[in-house]
Amino acid sequence: MLTCKDFLRELNDYLDKCCDPSVRAEIEKHLNDCPNCFVVADTTKKTVNVYKGMEAQPLSDKLKSKLMGVIEAKMRGCKKA
Amino acid sequence: MDAADDVNLDLAAGAEAQSSGPGETGELELVQRAKAGDVGAFSELINRYERRILRLAKRITQNEEDAEDVLQDAFLKAYENLDRFQGNSKFYTWLVRIAVNEALMKLRKRKSDRTLPLDEPMETGEETVQREIAVWEGNPEQKYSQEELHNILEDAIQSLAPSYRTVFVLRDVEELSTEETAAALDLSIPAVKSRLLRARLQLREKLTRLFKKQPEDMLAYL
Ligand SMILES: [Zn+2]
Repeated sequence: MLTCKDFLRELNDYLDKCCDPSVRAEIEKHLNDCPNCFVVADTTKKTVNVYKGMEAQPLSDKLKSKLMGVIEAKMRGCKKA
Repeated sequence: MDAADDVNLDLAAGAEAQSSGPGETGELELVQRAKAGDVGAFSELINRYERRILRLAKRITQNEEDAEDVLQDAFLKAYENLDRFQGNSKFYTWLVRIAVNEALMKLRKRKSDRTLPLDEPMETGEETVQREIAVWEGNPEQKYSQEELHNILEDAIQSLAPSYRTVFVLRDVEELSTEETAAALDLSIPAVKSRLLRARLQLREKLTRLFKKQPEDMLAYL
């Protein structure tokens, strides 16, 4: 029998879909029987997804031109071909 | 954004960084051309990854100025060391490792006068205890403007201890594998796994406080 503590220990592998099928089946059985762990699994999954869905902000024009200035100077300085 | 309800957590699916849509030059080809001295090819690589590298640097250093330095230094180092890039990993993963090193150096420099070492989180054993257990609203993100949501998520990340934060950002945001994260941070695989678990649970806890479904009868008190 899987306890709530066992479940927490397996949570990452469960969310990342890399635990073996027998463990997965045990976890799913536990989630069926244990509303708290079900909520933890569900909201942890949503937490990860909400971060994955975030777009990175564009660079400001000032930063972008500073970056390209530095890089281009470097590339001209050590042009390889 | 309905990504929160999307069950697909398959980390392999997060290939955004390397996906080259139709008509887009493949990453490896750009790297080859940059190695041969094609300035335009390297600029294209910068265009592709600058945003994510800046975000990564901000999240690790927690300092705008340091993050901008990290961005610049990471691309400079990548250019200088292009010959060493063997193509065994994705270019992006290789670039992230360079950026992470630069960012950690900055962070260490800033925090050198503080007491808590970066790589030793406090193991109190209490951190995996779940206090806030509540279902979320159907689409909690829709309650907030883009900007509010952005601030909420960034604040939550920033509240994590640096050693958890860095692991979370590499694994769950930049989508490096456990092995790649361990290599980038010079950690063991079990250490990456346990920090990731704590980071995920702590973030879950923080977001639950904001996103949880309010009981209907709360309305009666308003
Ligand atoms: Zn349970």
